[in-house]
This record gives sequence, structure tokens and C-alpha cells, in this order.
Amino acid sequence: MVPDDRKYTQEHEWVQMDGDVGTIGVTEFAAGELGDVVFVELPDPGGEFSQGDTVGTIESVKAVADLYLPVSGEIVEINEAVVDSPELVNGAPMDDGWLVKVRLGDQKELDQLMDAAAYNDLLGG
Amino acid sequence: MSDTALRTTPLTAWHRDHGARMVPFAGFEMPVQYEGVLAEHAACRDRVGLFDITHMGEIEVRGPGAGAWLDGLVANRVAKSTPGKIVYTPMCREDGGVLDDMLIYRLDEETWLVVCNASNHDKITAWLEDRLPPTGVAMEDQSDTTALIAVQGPDSRELLERLSELAGRADQVAALDFYTCFTLDGPHGRWVVSRTGYTGEHGYELYLPADAALPVWEELVAAGEDLGVAPIGLAARDTLRFEVCYCLYGHELAEDVSPLEAGIGWAVKLKKEAFTGREALVAQKRDGVPRRLVGLEIEGRAIARQDAPVLAGDREVGRVTSGTFGPTLKRPLALALVAADTPDGDLAVDVRGKRVPCRQVAIPFLPARTKGDPRAARTLSE
Repeated sequence: MVPDDRKYTQEHEWVQMDGDVGTIGVTEFAAGELGDVVFVELPDPGGEFSQGDTVGTIESVKAVADLYLPVSGEIVEINEAVVDSPELVNGAPMDDGWLVKVRLGDQKELDQLMDAAAYNDLLGG
Repeated sequence: MSDTALRTTPLTAWHRDHGARMVPFAGFEMPVQYEGVLAEHAACRDRVGLFDITHMGEIEVRGPGAGAWLDGLVANRVAKSTPGKIVYTPMCREDGGVLDDMLIYRLDEETWLVVCNASNHDKITAWLEDRLPPTGVAMEDQSDTTALIAVQGPDSRELLERLSELAGRADQVAALDFYTCFTLDGPHGRWVVSRTGYTGEHGYELYLPADAALPVWEELVAAGEDLGVAPIGLAARDTLRFEVCYCLYGHELAEDVSPLEAGIGWAVKLKKEAFTGREALVAQKRDGVPRRLVGLEIEGRAIARQDAPVLAGDREVGRVTSGTFGPTLKRPLALALVAADTPDGDLAVDVRGKRVPCRQVAIPFLPARTKGDPRAARTLSE
């Protein structure tokens, strides 16, 4: 069972809210599918993006994945530790390996995301 | 191809039981990684790794005419090798394009073992059958009954000598030079032990009767525990060969690529009287090879992968054949097939629509340690 303190997307990302700021990362499943991550490219803080925009890339030895913003808003912080140590995405995708923090433009967008139970179903229970 | 049609090896169940992620590869279900590609890569460079490469094809060719017949089909010189010697060679079409690259073992005076890529196995067996002379040569596809285990890394000799079947043959193992082999009558049939590999490290490959594979693998895992032996999947097999710039069929080599372009001209003996593709390759050498394989170091950390365009100024001069993050070299690198007149400066790769500067560097990126000191210090190519 995945943690129920956050929302999930079809693209295997998670959003954890604190006030009006959402912390975004990729799920354990996504990290496992990618394999060893060697490069993470994140947007500059301050940028405004819409839901679904590609804001970064995650490169592993074997594959590359886009980072989609699951909610609209302003990038308020990026995880510099992950830029310096991309292996954090594999080691701790659900906490220390977070990627960006976004001040949400429209909290209603969260309703479109999956809760833990629904995401768990997506993973096949 | 559906999953149910995938072929297995005698070690498939072991891989699954030991956390491997299995993927379809050349019609087989094969382990792509266990612990993780970076850790597995390091295990082979620093210690010793085990690879199940049973998917490779093994075709035995024997008879009084076998050597001369093979010599007419491949670009390197095999008939003059002596028993126990191994030759790496491309096999070409009439137009010089590479059908496959392979190892040819001379097991004894009249017996040869052709080891081809799994992805080309059906094509190569058909190619050989179509050209088999009426007498003097017999061929037998042994791929289904042969398992292949590679033992690679600086501690590979130490580990191999601990194998009970080889315990009394430490001198023979120690005497193996790079690209030589010996055979023995072991459990379940003939074993071939060769000092070969696809990692750039000191290493060995064991061709075993399929029934011998699991006990040997398990014995190697147990015997190598103190050496830090690790099973290694196809992902790290690829990064290991990539750093030392060994060609991979389907990447650097293909039917529309000549061996001269791919940088394996050293395995093409144009002075040999006749072999398939010779005329085309002689002409290509005379007129100038249109493309060449180069090494690229990519600026920043983005990875230029296979088929990424290589740009000189605004001109596309070629395509990346393989590109990844070099785990030992810790930087993104690429091999690319580019026009022969590609300039040295102002190069870039198009990484998913983004122009990323790169520069040519000497290949191999990392020198192999297949000969000499298995722990020799290595400097990076500039």
C-alpha cells in the first residue's frame, strides 16, 4: 500500500500538500521502473506552469522520463540535493528524493488526482 | 511476440528468485538487472560478476573442409588459427554490410564453434546452411543445448579456480591467454573454457551442457561470496561494453554499416584471397570509408541516446549509435557513426529537440584490462 498522505497521478507522480504548497516527486514504482537515475533536470524557481506541463527530465542509465507538473502553479523551490545526488530519486523517492515545490494556482485540480487507494489499484493492488 | 513464446535458460528461475527484473531480449526472457545497473557495473569493474548469456547462439562446424569454408564466409582469418585459439570476426554480405559479429573457436583440428548474437541466430544459421558445401563440412546448431556463463572482473581468475571441476586445472586456467580456450569432458558433456568477454575486464566464458549450468552458477555464487561476486544483468553488460567501446550489433553494427566504418577494420583481412564482401570492402578502402565511428563527450549531464542526430554547425553529420552515462567514467558519453569529413570542432547532439554541445574524444573511452594486470590503473581518454 502506498502512503495515504498524498495524491497520485497516472504518470506515477505524487503531490503532498502543506498549506497551499504541494511537494512533488515520483513514486517508488516510477523510480524502480526507471532504474538508476543519473541526471535530474529541474525548472528554475519562480516559473509559472500549467497542469500537465513538462518541467523537467529524469535520466536513468537506460531511459529518460519527463517530469509533468500534476498541478498548475508557481515553482517555489526545487530540490538541489537531488540535482547534486540524482540517486536520491531511487533511494528515497517518497521523501528526500522529492523534486519540486509548487504554490498551487487552483487547489481544485487536486480533486482530479488519485488517492492512495486508487493509485494502489492502478499498480495492480 | 507474446510473453508465452519467450524462451528461458536453465537459470531463468534462479534469476527470478534473486530479484532480477526480467525483460524480453532476442526472443529470450533475460535478466536486465538485479541490484541496479550502477552497482552491478561496479561489481564487475572492481571485483567479479556472473552473467547468464545463454541466449547467444552456438553453431559447431566440423570436417576437413570446415576451416577453409568458414574462411570464405568471414572477414577475419580463421583457417590459420590453431586449436585452442579464438578469432573475433565480422561476417559480411556481398556489399560489405555486417550480417553479424561473432567469435570463432577452433576447438581441435577439424572442429570449430561459431558464437553469434542471439538476435542474429536464425539469420546466421540460415546463411550458413544455404552455403554449406555438399561434402567435407557438417554443421550442428547447439544453441538449445548449450548454456553460457561469463565470469568477468579482476577477481574472475581467483573465482574460476575455486570451481570444483577446474580445481585440478588451475595451471590450465592460469595459462589461458586472451582469446584462447580449452575443452574438458565435464559433467553432462563437453565444457569449453575461454578467456573472452564483453566487459573490458579480465574474464572468462564457460560453454556448458545446459544441465550443468545451474549447479555451476550456484557453485560460483557460493564460492565467490567473500570476493563480492554479483550476478549482472543485460543493462550493466551494455554499460560495461560501452565504456570500452566494443561494438553491439543493432547499434554500431548493422547490415548497412561496413566493418571499416564501425572501427573493426583490424578484424578484416583484405589480403585474404576471397571472402564474402571482400570486393566491396577493398573498393571502400580504396575510395575512402564514407563514415567513421567516433566517441563523443556530451556537455552537461543530458544523455544522447541511439539515433540522436549529430550536428556540425547546422549540418546533420550522423547519428548516435549508443549513448549512456558511463558508470565508471561518471559522465554522459556517446558513440556515433558520422560522415568521414566531420570536423573536429563545433559539434553538438540533438537531444530530444535540444542542441547540446559535445566534443570528440578518443575511443575507447576506457582502456580494456583484458590483457596484463587485471587491476591496472586506468586513465580516461582525452
